[in-house]
Amino acid sequence: MGICAALRSEDVVFGTYRGHALYLAKGGDLRAMVAELFGKETGCTKGKGGSMHLIDTAQGVMGMSAVVGTTIANAAGYAYALKLRRSSAIVASFFGDGATEEGVFAETLNFAVLKRLPILFVCENNQYAIHTHQSQRQGLPDICQRVRGFGLPAERLDGNDLPTLLHVAEEAVAALRAGEGPRFLEVMTYRWREHVGPNLDFHLGYRDQAEADPWIANDAVCRVGQLLDPDEREQIEREVEAEVADALAFAQESAFPPASELLCDVFKE
Amino acid sequence: MADTAQRVRPRKDSTSPSTRQLSYVEAVREAAELEMARNPSVLVFGLDVDDPKAIQGTTRGLVERFGRERVFGTPLSEDAMTGVAIGMALAGLRPIHVHIRMDFLMLAMNQLVNVAAKSRYMYGGQVHLPLVVRAMIGKSWGQGAQHSQGLHSFFMHVPGLKVVAPSTPYDAKGGLVAAIRDENPVVFVEHRLLHFTQGPVPEPLFEVKPGKARITARGDDLTIVGISWMQIEALRAQQYLADVGISAEVIDPIWLSPLDLDTICQSVERTGRLLVVDTAWTNCGASAEIVAQVAERLQGVRELRLRRLGFAPTTCPTTPVLEDLFYPDARRIAACARDLVEERSTGWMPQPREDLKQFEFKGPF
Repeated sequence: MGICAALRSEDVVFGTYRGHALYLAKGGDLRAMVAELFGKETGCTKGKGGSMHLIDTAQGVMGMSAVVGTTIANAAGYAYALKLRRSSAIVASFFGDGATEEGVFAETLNFAVLKRLPILFVCENNQYAIHTHQSQRQGLPDICQRVRGFGLPAERLDGNDLPTLLHVAEEAVAALRAGEGPRFLEVMTYRWREHVGPNLDFHLGYRDQAEADPWIANDAVCRVGQLLDPDEREQIEREVEAEVADALAFAQESAFPPASELLCDVFKE
Repeated sequence: MADTAQRVRPRKDSTSPSTRQLSYVEAVREAAELEMARNPSVLVFGLDVDDPKAIQGTTRGLVERFGRERVFGTPLSEDAMTGVAIGMALAGLRPIHVHIRMDFLMLAMNQLVNVAAKSRYMYGGQVHLPLVVRAMIGKSWGQGAQHSQGLHSFFMHVPGLKVVAPSTPYDAKGGLVAAIRDENPVVFVEHRLLHFTQGPVPEPLFEVKPGKARITARGDDLTIVGISWMQIEALRAQQYLADVGISAEVIDPIWLSPLDLDTICQSVERTGRLLVVDTAWTNCGASAEIVAQVAERLQGVRELRLRRLGFAPTTCPTTPVLEDLFYPDARRIAACARDLVEERSTGWMPQPREDLKQFEFKGPF
C-alpha cells in the first residue's frame, strides 16, 4: 500500500501469488477479485486464474505468478518497453525473500542495471519460504548488501511504518522517472498465518508465537488507524465493511463460467 | 482439406525477379529486417545478435539500420531474458529472442512453459504475447551432446505455444513473417545445416501461415513426412526410391503446432503407408504425435502401415563414426520406406548417388 500510494495510474506493477493487497492497492476491483476467488465468470480472469493470478490491465496490475521469482523478469521487460517509448511511467516489481534466491532475480538485476531500466524492485521480506526461515536459506542474509553488489541502491524498511515507506517510495519513484536507473527496497514484514490457508500454524514447531507477537502488535493497519480521528475511522470502517459485503454478495450471485470457456483463450486469433 | 495445404513449391526461375535465389540465412535476415521496417514494435535480441558473426548472418545489418535499442546482445541470462521478452510483449512490443542453439532453451523453460504459454488463458484472455523465439539445432563438427538436440516436441506438448520448423528459404521467410505477426508465442526452429541451403524467395513480404503443410513431392506408394532438416533427407530418399520404382509422396508439415493433419491424412488415406522422419528422438516426439493422430483418424477407414525414424535412442556423440549412426539419412530413409511398401525386410540399401550426397558441414559452429 505504501509503495502503490506513490504510483500513478499509468505505472505498472507485477506481483506474486500472495498479491491480493497489491491488486487492491493498485486500483483492482474488489468485486472482480472476490468473484475470481469464487470461480465465477465475473472474476477478473473469468475463473481461470484464481487467487494466485490476479490481473487488471486497465489499472496497471499486469499479473502474478505462482512460480517464485518469475514475474521479476517480466517486470523488467515491461520497463524496457516503457523506456523505449520514452514514457514517464515506471514499473514496480513485488516479490518475496525467497525469490531473491532464484537465478532469475540475479539475472534481472544485472539486466536492469545494464539498461538503466525504470523499475523499482520491492522485496516483501516475511522471512519464511513456506516453513523455512531465511537464515536457513541464505548464506548472506542481508539482501540489500547482495543487491548493492549488482550496482543499484538498496534500502531496508519497516513494512509496518507506512508514512516512512510512502516517503521513501515517493523519493525512489521520482528518481526512476528522472531516469536514474533501478532501485531496490527491502520491506520487512511477517506472515501471520500458514503458508496457504486461513489457519495458524505455530503447532508445527518451525516458529514460535512469540516471534509473531511484536509484528501483530505493531501492525501497519492498526498504526494507521490510530492516526485517524475516531469518527473518521469509524466511517471508513463502515464503508469498507459495506464494500466487502457487496463484493461477497456480488460473487455469490454471479454465475459460474459456461463449459464453452474451457477451450477459450488458449490463443489470440 | 487438400486446398488448405501449401501445395506449390515456388519454381526455380532465375530470370524472374519474384523468384530470386536466397540462402536460408538471408531469408531469415530479410524477414526480420522487413518486419522491423514495417513495424517499430518489432525488436531483435539475444546472445551475440549484434556481434561480428551476427548469428550466422541472420541478424547482419539490423543494428546499423534500427539502432541498439531495437537490436541488442544480451547477458548470458536465458531465463531472465525470456521473461524480459514476455514483459515486452505484455507492453505491446513484438520481440524476437534468438538462441544460437536450441539446447539453451532448457534454461528458459520456466518462462516459456509457465508464463508465455499460460498468460492468455490464466488471465482470462486479457493479455496476449506476440513473441518469437528463434532456436537452432546443430549437427556435426563436434556439436555433440548439448549442441545437437531437436527439442521441438517439448513445445508442441504445451497448449498456448506454436511451433514452426521451416525447411526452405521460402518457408523460412514466410514462416518468420507469420510468426512475428502472430499474436501468440511462436518457437521458430532452424536447423544449422539448412542455413547453407539456397532457394527461390520472393522479394515482397508474404506469410507462410500456421497450420498449413506443403506437399513437396507427389507419389502413390507411401507418404513420407520429413521435419526440418529431415525434409531435405526425405526428398533425397524419394529419389533413391524412384530408382527402384517406388513412388513416395513427401510432405513438409512446416508448422508442427498447429499441425496440418488434414493434408497428411489425405495422403495416407491414398497411400496406406506413413513414414515420419524427425530431426529428434522418436520417443514422445513429433513423429510419435503425427503417427498417433493419423492412426486415430484413419483406423477403420483403411488399413495402415506406420513407421518412424529419428535420432538413435542415445546421446549424440561427437566422433563422426558414431555420429553417422546416430542420424537417419536419405539412404536409411529409403531402405526403411521400401521395407514398409513391400511389407517385408528387403535388406536393400541404395548405392550412394553422387548428386544426392550428404552435405558435409565443416564449421565453424
